[in-house]
Amino acid sequence: MTTTENPTEDMQVPEPDPNAVSITINGRTVSARKGDLIIAAADNANEYIPRFCYHPRMSPVGMCRQCLVEVEGPRGPMMVVSCMTPVADGQIVRTDTPQVKRAHEGILELLLANHPLDCPVCDKGGECPLQDQAFSHGAGESRFVEEKRHYEKPIAISDLVYLDRERCILCDRCTRFADEVAGDPLISFTQRGNNTQVMTFPDEPFASYFSGNTVQICPVGALTAQPYRFKARPWDLEQRESTCTTCSVGCRTVVQSSRDELLRYQGVDSDPVNWGWLCDRGRFNFESTNSEDRLVSPQKKSGDSFDAVSWSDAMETIARTLRLATSGSIAILGGARGTNEDAFMWATLADALNVRMRDAQVGDGLPSSVFSYPQATISSACDAGTVILLAPDLKEELPVLHLRLKDAADKKRIKIIEVSSHESGLTKHAWRSVRCEPGTSHTTIQQLLQDSMVASQLASGPVTIVAGRANLAESEMLMMAAVEAVLSTSPQATVLPVLRRGNVRGALSLGLSPQDSNDAVAIMESAANGGVDCLILLGVDPMNDMPDADLARRGIAGARFVVAIDTFLTQSAAHADIVLPAAAYGEKDGTTTNLEGRVTNVVQKVTARGTSRADWMIAAELADLLGHDTGVTTLADVQKLMAQKVPGYGQATTSVSVKRDGVVVTLPTPKVAVSVPSVTPRDSYGFRLDLSRKLYDRAIGTLTSPSLSELAQGASVCIHPLDLDRVGAQVGATVKVSNAHSSVVLPVLASESVPRGLAVVPFNQPGADIRELVRHGDAVVDVRIEAI
Amino acid sequence: MARLTEDNVRLAKEIIGRYPKPRSATIPLLHLAQEQDGFITNDAMAHIGELVGATSAEVYGTASFYEMFKFEPVGKYLINICGTMSCALMGGEELMHHAEDRLGIKMGGTTADGLITLERAECQAACTEAPCLQVNYRYRFRVTSENFDTLVDQLQSGALSDEIPPHGTMARVRQHIPADKGVGAKAPEDVSEGPAWLNGKAAL
Repeated sequence: MTTTENPTEDMQVPEPDPNAVSITINGRTVSARKGDLIIAAADNANEYIPRFCYHPRMSPVGMCRQCLVEVEGPRGPMMVVSCMTPVADGQIVRTDTPQVKRAHEGILELLLANHPLDCPVCDKGGECPLQDQAFSHGAGESRFVEEKRHYEKPIAISDLVYLDRERCILCDRCTRFADEVAGDPLISFTQRGNNTQVMTFPDEPFASYFSGNTVQICPVGALTAQPYRFKARPWDLEQRESTCTTCSVGCRTVVQSSRDELLRYQGVDSDPVNWGWLCDRGRFNFESTNSEDRLVSPQKKSGDSFDAVSWSDAMETIARTLRLATSGSIAILGGARGTNEDAFMWATLADALNVRMRDAQVGDGLPSSVFSYPQATISSACDAGTVILLAPDLKEELPVLHLRLKDAADKKRIKIIEVSSHESGLTKHAWRSVRCEPGTSHTTIQQLLQDSMVASQLASGPVTIVAGRANLAESEMLMMAAVEAVLSTSPQATVLPVLRRGNVRGALSLGLSPQDSNDAVAIMESAANGGVDCLILLGVDPMNDMPDADLARRGIAGARFVVAIDTFLTQSAAHADIVLPAAAYGEKDGTTTNLEGRVTNVVQKVTARGTSRADWMIAAELADLLGHDTGVTTLADVQKLMAQKVPGYGQATTSVSVKRDGVVVTLPTPKVAVSVPSVTPRDSYGFRLDLSRKLYDRAIGTLTSPSLSELAQGASVCIHPLDLDRVGAQVGATVKVSNAHSSVVLPVLASESVPRGLAVVPFNQPGADIRELVRHGDAVVDVRIEAI
Repeated sequence: MARLTEDNVRLAKEIIGRYPKPRSATIPLLHLAQEQDGFITNDAMAHIGELVGATSAEVYGTASFYEMFKFEPVGKYLINICGTMSCALMGGEELMHHAEDRLGIKMGGTTADGLITLERAECQAACTEAPCLQVNYRYRFRVTSENFDTLVDQLQSGALSDEIPPHGTMARVRQHIPADKGVGAKAPEDVSEGPAWLNGKAAL
């Protein structure tokens, strides 16, 4: 039932570690491992060596020289850079001799020679490694009396990051991060000597999805983040450790606020998950919680507009509707935005009301039976062997998982086999990358598995299948069939499901998964046909997020009564009869489940906006009003109830480890037979549609974060340059994209990375909506493209 | 102005082929770009990035390290007057003043006709011949005001156009190395044994 990270092993006396070495630091003998750097060994032994350029998650470069220590050598003690020198058995290291102190003071004096002392107006002041170490390891005075170097004060190197070159100490952390970790080397050292500076290419911004990390690891105030500039002083910030729920990777963060306003998220190093990194979307969407457009009170539809009503009035209305609803005509959509506790309480209410129509996804994921396969974790996937990507572009959907897999491939721990319809962020890190037309991934992978080199690679070690919904204009069953094709060849393979929404795994596991195959599509069909008396939208916006926009529209219009529980008045909520304001991320405590099934905590840091409430409270109160008292009044009550009903989750939520690396919970999930829909061949005049997500889109959290809302690239259709010639259009011209259902006009782009006959359209972008051409019943979507 | 021409792309690919890793060809390709346009354009750097598999920022980072790569248009002839110790003692500074007067421009400037750019340079390793200068990296030794004027006259009249190619051209005769004459350098990670001259002996 429950598996944890460390399965209990045989309790035997462990063999002596052949890699163990013993070194002496300041007279104290400590153990380290072969290959460790002195600075890392010292950290483990709680001996602090000052540093600027060293970062445990990046390769050492020895740029700043601040970490000089004395090591006993054949000719007496010698000064070495501890971030570049590995430990050796019997090594004698001293970090506190007068010579070392003199070296530390000298380096700091040198670094400060050109560093402006503008700490009082610097965002980093108060949490600055240079400031702190100048205080702890510096001489206190400088002999440098000359004029310092001057540069134009901050220049924007991207929409989100500002660079102050005067403050830069050239530690190579940001440039190394951009190159080594993010794989976007868009900043580089330029010029030389005294003029050396970090810079982008002229007019080419540092547009990396991970740019915010450079701000976090900058050891001075040279890089600052536009959303945080001059917002607070570090000593005014209060923080609590939490989990980012923007996507389902579940990166650990600290949530920082001042005066009851969220001001910053910083990545926390969780070894099994994010290694300290965050993507910019997750890092900067705290602005959404602070948005002026948040719902602050319950709203009741009156004519074409809404009236603010009291909670009791709103809840009574909903309770009355639920009481009067005919049996089997209540539907609950959503739940992936909230906490495990939210999902569990809504599932409890749904059970009490015998609601059969429920789904935490809106036809944009995979069936929850993907959890029924043997499950992998991020670490197990990145550890060794082969990773088969049957997934969307992870750089766009689950950016930090992309970083982990990229790192593992770059360090040659794993080999990646990718089957996709167009190139992704991982393509150039893949061992094999195969293009296939939408609708053919299951047959393509079968052919690929016949290849003798692929077969011997799969046989050489563990195999992990990364399974997600690559194309929203393709039946999810086709991807499931591809997964099963691999599993039938490599039965020992494990699956890492990469469903995208924050807590989608928690919601599906805790009872908001479809019953009797009544998934979101079936629910909306039923609603459109008058079969739903009350449709409850639990933080979900089908009109914006369902691939079949027509069905979403008909479903919401057809439902007799619609309740929307959300943080904003979304497109769908605008059609609701009652809208309840929900507490947002950072406004409620609880736990969340990431894509591995890892349960970690999320915390409340600020007061919930207006009268908004956590989803679980609304469910508990409705249950009470409807005569199904759950006895729940506090979050602890919910967790206690959850512990009784869902054992794995109960242990997880009360465990201390949810506050850092979490507990991986695997619950039994019923298998569902995969029925492969038939795919008609594409006619040679048409294009097959690939509808895939970009990191920045019109998702509500992005749209309501001013720093991110402008970053969406906009709707377009991208085809191969030769196809563009065939269509007879120029890049940037508008073309008509049509099929039997509808037509839209979009600007056209060309890229060699898109195979012939494929039309790639990003999902949910500002501009014309391609979803008008998508119908859920179509296994694939073929379109015509004509020049206008 | 611009990306590399078709001919130069062909040359670029030949140059890239000499190295185990394409990005090792970055500097030779920057010279090629400078030869084509007289200076290095942003488009050329972006194009080189595409050819060697690096981002424009990485190419720019490498290129901007070197004084000899110019990012703004310079004259057809670039005159570098040495300003380091030996030349300074032997009248380098006076020579610079004279050159500024003669050309009617300040150090770092380019004449209005776009023919000559004047720069101060660090030691050119010809201290015994001080004061010295270079025209497009071709030496002129023991330069007096008079023979500086003669030099300018000759540059203006075109009398030296055979000897001195326009700025950016390193040599008029391009060395073509057939594939079988390449040294066949290996990528660092592919090197398993020590260098040949060690004859199998340990390095230390």
